[in-house]
Amino acid sequence: MYQLLKRKSRGDVWFDIINNILLTLVMLLVLFPLYFVLIASFSDPNYIYSGEVWLFPKGFTLDGYERIFSDSSIWIGYVNSILYATLGTIIGVAVTVFAAYPLARKNLVGKSVIMWFLMITMFFSGGLIPTYLLIKDLHMLNTIWALVIPGAGGVFNVIIVRTFFQSSIPDEMWEAASIDGCSNTRFFWSIVLPLSKSILAVMVLYHVVGFWNGFFDALIYLNDENKYPLQLVLRNILVQNQVNSGMMIDVESYAAKMRVTELIKYGVIIVSSLPLLILYPFLQKYFVKGVMIGSIKG
Amino acid sequence: MNSRTSGLDHSIIKPNRKRWRRVKRDYELYLFLLPIIILYLVFKYYPMYGVQIAFKDFTPSKGIWGSEWVGFQHFIDFFNSYNFWTIITNTLSLSFLSLLFSFPAPIIIAIMLNQMLGKRYKKFVQTVIYAPHFISTVVLVGMLNVFLSPNSGIVNHMITWFGGEPILFMANEGWFRPLYILSGLWQETGFSTIIYLAALAGVNPELHEAAIMDGASKWKRVWNVDIPSILPTIVILLILALGNVMSIGFEKAFLMQSDLNYAASNIIPTYVYEMGIQKAQYSFSTAVGLFNSVVNIILIVTVNWIAKKMTETSLW
Repeated sequence: MYQLLKRKSRGDVWFDIINNILLTLVMLLVLFPLYFVLIASFSDPNYIYSGEVWLFPKGFTLDGYERIFSDSSIWIGYVNSILYATLGTIIGVAVTVFAAYPLARKNLVGKSVIMWFLMITMFFSGGLIPTYLLIKDLHMLNTIWALVIPGAGGVFNVIIVRTFFQSSIPDEMWEAASIDGCSNTRFFWSIVLPLSKSILAVMVLYHVVGFWNGFFDALIYLNDENKYPLQLVLRNILVQNQVNSGMMIDVESYAAKMRVTELIKYGVIIVSSLPLLILYPFLQKYFVKGVMIGSIKG
Repeated sequence: MNSRTSGLDHSIIKPNRKRWRRVKRDYELYLFLLPIIILYLVFKYYPMYGVQIAFKDFTPSKGIWGSEWVGFQHFIDFFNSYNFWTIITNTLSLSFLSLLFSFPAPIIIAIMLNQMLGKRYKKFVQTVIYAPHFISTVVLVGMLNVFLSPNSGIVNHMITWFGGEPILFMANEGWFRPLYILSGLWQETGFSTIIYLAALAGVNPELHEAAIMDGASKWKRVWNVDIPSILPTIVILLILALGNVMSIGFEKAFLMQSDLNYAASNIIPTYVYEMGIQKAQYSFSTAVGLFNSVVNIILIVTVNWIAKKMTETSLW
């Protein structure tokens, strides 16, 4: 019987071989562009230009990185992004978690009304211009607050956290604690939060990545270059081809300039993605967890 | 008699009184909810009130309330504008084409991963294919720029190596959609498999055992066990995807847009940005945005209704 389940037909053997080959190809297709950016950032721009860099860096050089790090706009962008991500994450996670807990409680009066109040915004919104005019009227233009406050407490995040609370902190626990004279606030701080470290980690990650990768709010609401987050600095270099003159010291001919520009582009891609790339393998399981929790219908 | 009336009163008043007591007892929980309610009232609901400027001639000095009503004028202007049909066609074709490719891809990859032998290698493959999800849109478009550069990009090096002529990918409207879709596939397919892998992990193993007993090959089990089992998940995600058809990845289209591919990349969200933020046509831009939301709502309600009729799975 067991033998029968274990035995493989010839068709199944082929199925496995082809399946593994195809998935390996898919993986290589995904991996190669990332790998190529890395080796190109260490290669002599002349070799990149003539198409001689394929699998290994050629004419190893750190010139691109030296130019990038000697430029102040990248550093300013880094500092700003760290600031926005930190503050935004604190506010965002706090609002989300505080909102999710009451909504996870089985018999909170008016729960469904509040839930609808939040969910309606998923289907209908004022749109770009009314929101922009509001931010302007509140004098939040060109301030950090325009980036970290308006989007705090996104509905999807609230639902994810609420679902987590519902499944891991049963109402009976609260009932028992309240009989012992525990207040809601105390219960939340000393029981709910300590038991929810994993979902807090997921929320922190979601927020940090969101703030680190976001650029559109900054584009609309900020006009002072000293306040630009990293992604907006990158946009100038990568998309609009505006490499700062600081990075172009001692480059004379037009052709050489073009080459250095390309080198700098590969370099800034690495520099800007580095924090996430280093952390990614360690954090991956939390993201997967986040998606899984979010997919449970609550 | 007296006691009866009071009994009657009791049954009406009691639940309300009980409710009120519960609200009072849980007042802290309402304080927890206060920040999000205030945030939503100010930053989500007030802009909904501001949507009325789509029907007004908004001038900042008069404010939202003080500006004059013009009815549907801005909508009529939009429908009559010479690029109305281009924008609608661009938006719909970009959305539906990317849905056509990006919706089935993660399902196929998830089923393949689920069948994969070798736990460690499987984990490695997953780690790699999830990774692009964390790359920012700016970096993604930057990567497109450097890879597709006509004189230095690796793609054109390959083309010339095979004897072809270099192609000006980013400056060509015909390439806008393929590039948009392919880069989207590269970035999101892997990460989107997670949800289907979760669904596949929940497939009843007895079904597989029974199929094996009946002599079903792996291929047949994928078709007759796996796919039917994850169908509800597929339907739910399809509804969500169709509901977002009009609000496709604005950031990427915006970053990829240039004067040279404008004919294909001018979609509703980029048009709203261009007219509203760049040209300060607040009312007109709001009208275009409102038109977009209304189409979106109609789409999601319709799709949900069809899904309910046909598969008994729906969002609400």
